[in-house]
Amino acid sequence: MPQNFRLDKGGLINRNKKISFKFNGKIYFGYEGDTLASALIANGIHLVGRSFKYHRPRGFFGAGVDDPYAMVQLIRDSESIPNVRATEQELFEGLEAKSVNCWPNVNFDIGAINNFLNKFFPAGFYYKTFMWPRSFWYKVYEPIIRKAAGFGVVSTNHDQERYEHKYEYCDLLVTGSGPSGLASAYAAAKNGAKVILAEDKPRFGGSLLTSEVSIGNQSGQEWTENIITELKSMLNVTIKNRSQVFGYYDHNMLVMSERISDHLAKTNKYIPKQRLWYIRAKEVLISSGSIERPLIFGNNDTPGVMLSSAAKEYLKLYGVLVGKKPIVFTNNDSGYETAIEFKKNGIHPIVLDSRKNPNSEIINEAKNQNIDVKFSYVVVAAKGYKKVKSADIAKISEDKKKLGKIENIICDCICVSGFWTPTIHLASQSGNKTKFNENIDAFVPGQSKQNETVLGSAKGIFTLEETLRTSFEKGNELSKKITNKENIIPIPSVVEKKHSIHDKFWCVPLPDSKNYKRFLDFQNDVTVSDVELALREGYRSIEHVKRYTTLGMATDQGKTSNLNGLQLVSDVENKLVPQVGHTTFRPPYTSVSIGSIVGREIGKNSKPTRRSPMHSWHEKNNAVFVDAGIWLRPRYYKQGNEDLFEASKREAKNVRQNVGVCDVTTLGKIDIKGPDSAEFLNRVYTNAWLKLPIGKARYGVMLREDGIVMDDGTTTRISENHYHMTTTTAQAANVLSHLEYYLQLVWPELNVNVVSTTEQWAGAAIAGPKSRQVLQKLFPGLDVSKEGLPFMGYLEGNLFGVNAKIYRISFSGELAYEVNVESDNGNYMWEKIMEIGKEFNIQPYGTEALSTLRIEMGHVAGSELDGRTIPYDNSLEGLVSKKKDFIGKRSLSKISYVASDRQKVVGVVPLDKKTSIPEGSYIVKDPKVNLPIPKLGHISASCWSVEYDNPFSLAIIKDGKNMIGKKLFALSPLKNKIIPVEIVSSHYVDPKGERVRS
Amino acid sequence: MLHIKCPHCGLRSQNEFSYGGDATIKRPELNKEISDKDWDNFVYLRKSPRGKHLELWQHISGCRQWIKVERDTLTHEILKTLKANEEI
Ligand SMILES: [Zn+2]
Repeated sequence: MPQNFRLDKGGLINRNKKISFKFNGKIYFGYEGDTLASALIANGIHLVGRSFKYHRPRGFFGAGVDDPYAMVQLIRDSESIPNVRATEQELFEGLEAKSVNCWPNVNFDIGAINNFLNKFFPAGFYYKTFMWPRSFWYKVYEPIIRKAAGFGVVSTNHDQERYEHKYEYCDLLVTGSGPSGLASAYAAAKNGAKVILAEDKPRFGGSLLTSEVSIGNQSGQEWTENIITELKSMLNVTIKNRSQVFGYYDHNMLVMSERISDHLAKTNKYIPKQRLWYIRAKEVLISSGSIERPLIFGNNDTPGVMLSSAAKEYLKLYGVLVGKKPIVFTNNDSGYETAIEFKKNGIHPIVLDSRKNPNSEIINEAKNQNIDVKFSYVVVAAKGYKKVKSADIAKISEDKKKLGKIENIICDCICVSGFWTPTIHLASQSGNKTKFNENIDAFVPGQSKQNETVLGSAKGIFTLEETLRTSFEKGNELSKKITNKENIIPIPSVVEKKHSIHDKFWCVPLPDSKNYKRFLDFQNDVTVSDVELALREGYRSIEHVKRYTTLGMATDQGKTSNLNGLQLVSDVENKLVPQVGHTTFRPPYTSVSIGSIVGREIGKNSKPTRRSPMHSWHEKNNAVFVDAGIWLRPRYYKQGNEDLFEASKREAKNVRQNVGVCDVTTLGKIDIKGPDSAEFLNRVYTNAWLKLPIGKARYGVMLREDGIVMDDGTTTRISENHYHMTTTTAQAANVLSHLEYYLQLVWPELNVNVVSTTEQWAGAAIAGPKSRQVLQKLFPGLDVSKEGLPFMGYLEGNLFGVNAKIYRISFSGELAYEVNVESDNGNYMWEKIMEIGKEFNIQPYGTEALSTLRIEMGHVAGSELDGRTIPYDNSLEGLVSKKKDFIGKRSLSKISYVASDRQKVVGVVPLDKKTSIPEGSYIVKDPKVNLPIPKLGHISASCWSVEYDNPFSLAIIKDGKNMIGKKLFALSPLKNKIIPVEIVSSHYVDPKGERVRS
Repeated sequence: MLHIKCPHCGLRSQNEFSYGGDATIKRPELNKEISDKDWDNFVYLRKSPRGKHLELWQHISGCRQWIKVERDTLTHEILKTLKANEEI
């Protein structure tokens, strides 16, 4: 198919490289260097989508990030990406795109019926209508709206692309490579500053690529190329195209999204699709330019109506005509540049200028070129449905209130220019107090909040001469402060055309008896009458008007609509624009993919994975792993067809009858040294620590200041001033911070040092009646008898050539030992234990069996020490010293903590001795009373008791002390179970604790 | 993201630190009588000032030192950072 709207020459595209692509199933051709938008327009395609609310046809309005319309579903490789802006998507061979928000297709859209039912779709329609009746929402409204509304379709497949994050520091970050960005970056680079220059588009140069100017006898394009070439050669400069700085956060932290592979047909597996840069800059130069404002008239959303600057860009960058019979409708001189560009390429535009009698160099040039220029003329309405076919135009009175006789003229596009809006988003995000500038009818940056400096047209400077001069100066001044070097660059001479003053007029009045829709927000379908309605209904604050009408809330964030919206409110309310105020700009400036925000922290990389030194042994022996914090721990070791239940029962039983071994490397370990260590432990733990002998371990509980149990574990006195503390796996990091807090801030006079040694030691718990026999064979030279190594004793030994530490401590309630060796020897130790233990029927056991063993012994753990219980709740009062003070002690005398019906950990057995009780079940007296059923407490942990061969649970219940022996109910609405239970002691097995001391 | 100058390590990004609350709170001395009210104030009551706030941060992914940071809660400006044993 020929590209009917492509000029024979011109543009920055590579005409030697033809590219084929598919749009809505049809094949077209474009050139390398095209965007999807320019290639479609070259093929005469202007209908790309449907609008959000009325499903009106949508074409192209801009040529870049400001375009509110042209969002497509992009199919690339195997992925399907929603809401890709056709004006930004570069063409690649085989690109495939589809229209969005139209069903069944773009040419016939059922939703367009909303257009005719628009009486039912005024501002606030969704609020008003779907509020009532409530029951209709899920059944009727919601499914219909879902089908008809929304833009692209999110793929449900896993995103295979790679996204990366990068952290960078620089002296100056320059956002935008137009004249102000290039000049300031160049000046700063010459002073030796570390500069990052970021350009959103593929090509550097910004407005220099399309404007007819000369800088030091070079064209804008040539000058850009030379500066860029030189900057690229400098080691202190990083230049990035396709990179949008979209957010300005605290302390000069900016975030930039770099599109690395979006423009390529296929990504290399190891090259990211996008990279998110976190940039901390000493100075930020905002050279983001300005965006042309639309003029508002009837049906101004019809495909073919677009910004005049966009029409010029399509011509100059891509050699593409947006139309062959253009009308340029303008209130300032910029429109003439577009008209002249048309004329140069053999097209005869008509210029309608709302001004009465403007006079300037460029207007004269247009006239000299025989361009048909009509002053005091406006477009009243665009005609045509899927594309502009003609325009109703009229003369307008000097007060801009009355229209003359309507004339209809044939045209195929209407290029509008309502003057320029500085892009102040980044400055506003920084906290800059922006102010309204009456001369340009727009907000400009005011007092800087952080280290941001705004340059060029983003600041409201619209002449190239001033832009270049001030940007060179600023780049020099700011970099000099940092590098203490100055390398003054002569400012080049500039030739540009002087512009005359623009017209404040922006909205064409409706002709008599016509009710055209005049769009303010093109993506969210907000019209002039919508805003007028909101104001009539009493909305005053611009923030409320915005939310009620959704003006400026679409994915383009009101880049083209915000100011006109403000103008309208100010006109209706008879207030000045600055009195209306404007809404706050928030990041991101443009849409950012979720993938790039997530980066590589996805799936198994979403957090680090910690493995014990024995991990590979567990793997080889059919361990099924479970996440324990960020550790991977064996949950059980599968034999044959066993499931979790059978395997954990077997493992636990073997510990009770023979001996088992469990990997306890994950326990937190903290080394404590210093002459005041005992005193420190005495303050940290609830029990007494001053008299612990060397070579002895003690169980301890530590509290927060509010009396809640923070953690428990054993600490062993290794030598006079050296202690080895263990913490639970989950609390290891918190306990270390807690200890450091008290040592550094509260009791700095204590001479104690703490350091984590969790990773330095591998640990194995050997538990069961035969554990002593195993230990004896592991350490033949040591006396590990009851007397030689009593309960809570500690010995150092030599385990077949490696140093080992042996702690006689028990979590399982059985006779048990924990052996620690240096991590590198962990696997060696484990294999020795398995080898030696074989004759005693040793078996490894996982966390599930470990839980079973501790639950039926009534040992409290994380599910009871849940951040809501105090020592008394856990029957740990024996560990709470009456004599000394410790962290959190004062809280324990709170009235609620000493109440007689205080909650307590108890045991729970189902009456039928068969039904397992789901964890989290409620304990209630009577399940049949009216809701809500009074709750006594909840099941904290459940297991199958291997000792008694029936289910057993722990529960934390109110007045638990007096509940033992009572028959109650466990209620699990989640599992739909009501289980009659009996409350028993939490110490279900070996209540006197004889086994651990055997 | 804040940029915090650790008095031991220099300027570092906020994600290396963890927040530790009001730095002006003094823990009551051990073994001393204290009323319920005073104790509750110490455990629970914190001001939420608009403006200057002296707060604790720990450089957990760095030197592990607890430091004091004087920060403006409104503007997020960091006015001063101090070692644990320094007074403002
Ligand atoms: Zn530090």
